[in-house]
Amino acid sequence: MSVGLLLLIVIAVAALGYGLGRRRALASVQGDLRRLHSLPGYYGQSVFILTAAPALLVMLAWLLIQPLVIENHVISTIAPGSIADGSSTSLVLSDVRRMAGGLDALVARSSLSEGDIAALDANSTDVRGRLAEVGVALASDVDPAVFETAKAYRLILRTALLIMTTVVVAVTLAGLFFSLSRIRPDYRARNVSERAVIALLIASSFVAVMTTVGIVCSLVFETWHFFRLYSPEGFFFSTVWNPQFRGGSDLGIWPLVWGTLYVSFIALLVSVPIGLLAAIYLAEYASKTVRAVVKPAIEILAGIPTIVYGLFALITVGPFLRDYFAAPLGIGSSSSSVMTAGLVMGIMLIPFVSSLSDDIINAVPQSMRDGSFGLGATQSETVKQVILPAALPGIVGAILLAASRAIGETMIVVLGAGAAAKLSLNPFEAMTTITVKIVSQLTGDTEFGSPETLVAFALGLTLFVFTLALNVVALYVVRKYREQYE
Amino acid sequence: MTELPLPVKAAKVNARNVQVYYGQNHAIKDVNIDIPSESVTAFIGPSGCGKSTFLRCLNRMNDTIVGCRVEGRIEIDGEDIYDRRVDPVQLRAKVGMVFQKPNPFPKSIYDNVAYGPKIHGLTRTKAELDEVVEQSLHKAALWNEVKDRLAAPGTGLSGGQQQRLCIARAIATSPEVLLMDEPCSALDPIATAQVEELISELRNQYTVIIVTHSMQQAARVSQRTAMFHMGIVVEEGPTDKMFTNPDDRRTQDYITGRFG
Ligand SMILES: Nc1ncnc2c1ncn2[C@@H]1O[C@H](COP(=O)(O)OP(=O)(O)OP(=O)(O)O)[C@@H](O)[C@H]1O
Ligand SMILES: [Mg+2]
Repeated sequence: MSVGLLLLIVIAVAALGYGLGRRRALASVQGDLRRLHSLPGYYGQSVFILTAAPALLVMLAWLLIQPLVIENHVISTIAPGSIADGSSTSLVLSDVRRMAGGLDALVARSSLSEGDIAALDANSTDVRGRLAEVGVALASDVDPAVFETAKAYRLILRTALLIMTTVVVAVTLAGLFFSLSRIRPDYRARNVSERAVIALLIASSFVAVMTTVGIVCSLVFETWHFFRLYSPEGFFFSTVWNPQFRGGSDLGIWPLVWGTLYVSFIALLVSVPIGLLAAIYLAEYASKTVRAVVKPAIEILAGIPTIVYGLFALITVGPFLRDYFAAPLGIGSSSSSVMTAGLVMGIMLIPFVSSLSDDIINAVPQSMRDGSFGLGATQSETVKQVILPAALPGIVGAILLAASRAIGETMIVVLGAGAAAKLSLNPFEAMTTITVKIVSQLTGDTEFGSPETLVAFALGLTLFVFTLALNVVALYVVRKYREQYE
Repeated sequence: MTELPLPVKAAKVNARNVQVYYGQNHAIKDVNIDIPSESVTAFIGPSGCGKSTFLRCLNRMNDTIVGCRVEGRIEIDGEDIYDRRVDPVQLRAKVGMVFQKPNPFPKSIYDNVAYGPKIHGLTRTKAELDEVVEQSLHKAALWNEVKDRLAAPGTGLSGGQQQRLCIARAIATSPEVLLMDEPCSALDPIATAQVEELISELRNQYTVIIVTHSMQQAARVSQRTAMFHMGIVVEEGPTDKMFTNPDDRRTQDYITGRFG
């Protein structure tokens, strides 16, 4: 019996329990609903939860722990002599797993019976050939001892699955009978279901938090790896970025940090004023009909894939800036430039700023406006002195979102600003950003062992620290300047 | 001829044939009323009869409501306030308003009161501004409660304090006419008494128009009263007469609590 089937059985029993619980609750009061503590559906739910939840938890725990236990056992049975030179326990173990899988496949195709397998012997049969039939290719001829281990491993797995099935079914049934037996008119089924909801909510946020922690941990771990191979001074205090895949590269982060900040800065310089002013127009001045047309039109910008913006930067904006600004002024000859990427990225970010700010400005109560108008303020005075301060936390949030998008953007930079890491003040020169370099360090045939690839994790961590710092600053700004309305 | 007990003052506000429509809804019908200067006029009437609507006509706050149309002629100091040449922003500095629900800005107490003087440039120095703020808070009977925390947010005050802050904010711009839409509906009896005292004082300098649902309040603070009913003014006259010997049946019923 497979795990999937077992899962279905548990759910089916629980669903049956739902019906039974409901029925039992109704029967316990002879159909007089008012005498029940909760609605009948809640009794059903309580049975469902108490039947399914413990069984599923047992199953989950079992599936997490079983491989550890069994593989430890298998490793202890592998004779040290079976581990060939240049091989390792983990390689042998993976061979064992694959052979076991191959044997299963053979049984499934019914070219072998269980009895045949027990009699199979690597000395007398061409095990490697048989396994190749079902697509399991082994590197070398099979060591008889290892093959015996694989056979044993297979048997242990089967037994374990059997035991698990038994245990899970037992837990399911126990839960079913226990919860059914608890149903009485004054049983607080509603509260049980309430607690189950809370548990579900907590579990969900736990998953989110643990994922973040996991990602950060893996970044930190790989970064630490990187710094064992490459000196931190070279990373943090060098202004040269020049990776060589033969080794001996310069991996100074500053050109990339500079490029990232420069491009993001220009992007925000474009998007924040335009987005904010557009939002103010939409929220405070535009008539209903104008708003109904303009707001979705701006939001369409947010739906364009960034690669399309990249093309726009590459084909239109880049050459335009070069031909009409950079070349005549004699300050640049490349169509890829920080300015190109920044401008196009700024356009991309306008809807992020405007749409969020618009919602926030709209949420400022009308009574604030009335109060200001009533004192003889003009509309723009009202916006500047009352509406914007009241909407500030939300607007900062919108800008922050735009900033993190800008820092993390890759495609527009590749196509608009190029891939050359450079430290320069001239906005018409090609530069590049952290994200672009992460991509280029990890593409191609590389192994994860050299500083040239591991540097990607250090860059990723830097990026993460950036956005974190941005969030902290924003939080501080909001706390300090917030003007709270009721 | 015997002397009248009160000297007859020139009318500050004259309304002639005023109609207000909210889209199709005809909310104010044929209102004619004269409001004397340096006096308190009370608007009374059942809920939804158009008191707030008419009040908002007097400082053109209705302009900010989409679909609201005002017809007829309203003059303040003899000048038609709906004339093209009149700037509603300027008008509102002259005709201040306190709203039914307290709406302090999410700023400090000081900045709330200083808001009007600042945007109209009424003061030249910080010291003058401080003076105006203090005077206004004094008049609104709030100074003693907030003098030690002028930098605290105005929204952190209690509901009644907030309403008095809004009154201080309105009088800081020294308007000539002060419109008060149920200013005491959120206040306890003590604060109400303070605000009523304030209104009586304001009478010496300003023309005050107050909307109220409290007959006692109207009787206590006002010299004239106008009774609204379904968008029309059914009766208007000296408060004493209105409350002792009204001409209109509906006024009598309303005052004695028989309908509304
Ligand atoms: N913004 C608006 N849009 C449409 N109709 C409105 C609006 N404001 C008021 N009205 C309508 O105008 C009429 C008069 O309303 P108004 O607010 O002037 O009443 P009121 O006398 O102030 O009542 P209350 O004593 O309850 O404050 C009501 O029928 C109301 O539905
Ligand atoms: Mg009203």
